[in-house]
Amino acid sequence: MVKNITNLSRSGLYDWMLQRVSAIILAAYTVFIGGFLLTTPDLGYEQWSGLFEQTWVRIFTLLTLLSIAAHSWIGMWTITTDYLNSRALGGKSVLIRFPVQLICFVAVFSYVVWGIQILWGQ
Amino acid sequence: MLIQLCTPQGVGTKKVNSKRPVNLDIATIKLPLPAYTSLLHRISGIALFVGVAFLLYGLDMSLSSEQSFAELKAVLTGGFAKFVVWVLLSGLIYHFVAGVKHLLMDVGIGEGKESGKTGAIVTIAISAVLIVFAGVWIW
Repeated sequence: MVKNITNLSRSGLYDWMLQRVSAIILAAYTVFIGGFLLTTPDLGYEQWSGLFEQTWVRIFTLLTLLSIAAHSWIGMWTITTDYLNSRALGGKSVLIRFPVQLICFVAVFSYVVWGIQILWGQ
Repeated sequence: MLIQLCTPQGVGTKKVNSKRPVNLDIATIKLPLPAYTSLLHRISGIALFVGVAFLLYGLDMSLSSEQSFAELKAVLTGGFAKFVVWVLLSGLIYHFVAGVKHLLMDVGIGEGKESGKTGAIVTIAISAVLIVFAGVWIW
C-alpha cells in the first residue's frame, strides 16, 4: 500500500539520484562563488554586479536555486518523515508533519521566485 | 544515511503487526561517531535551508544598487553580523565536507565499520580546519 505521497518524484530511487545531482551543482556553485570572493579582495559594486550581469552566471545561479529547491525539499522531507512520524508523535503525526512540510514547500517555492526576481527583475 | 538505516519507519508493514517491537530506536541506543556526523549533516542542512533566506536578502541588497551594496558592506562589518556569517559559513562548510564524504560512500569508499569511523573523523577534522580558516577570513 502506498502511504508516502509527499516525496518529490514518487520514486525513492529518483529522489536519491536527484539529491546527488543537485549536491554536485551546489558544490560547484559554492566553489565558484567562494573562489571569486577569495580571489577578489576589496570587491566593489561594479565588479559584483558585472559578474551577475553575465548570462552564464545567471543561468548557473538559477540552476543552483532550482538545485536548492530539490535538494532542500528531499532533505526536509527525509527529516520530517524520519522524526515527525507516528513512532515519535503517535497516530495523528500527519497533523504535525504535513503543516511542517507545507511550510517547507512555501519556503522552497518563495526562494525560487525571489531568486528569479533578484536575477532578472533589477 | 546511517540514521536512515537506524530508523525503521515500518511503512507498508505497520498494519501487519503493529505490536512488533522497534529494536533500533535511536533514542535508546548508544550511537557511533558516524551517526553523530550524520546527525550534524542534517542539522546543518536545516540551518542552511533557513540561511538561504538571508543569503537571498543579501544578494538582493548587493545587486539592487550601488547604495544598497555599500549598505550591505557596512552591515557586514558589524561584529554580530560577522558572527552570523561565520555560523552560516560553518554550516555550509560542514554540510559540503560531509556531503562529499556521502558521495564517496555512494561509490563504495569508506562504507565499512572501521573506514566509516575514519571517514567521520576526517570529515570533522577537515571541516574544523576550514571553519577556522573561514573565521580568519571574516575577521
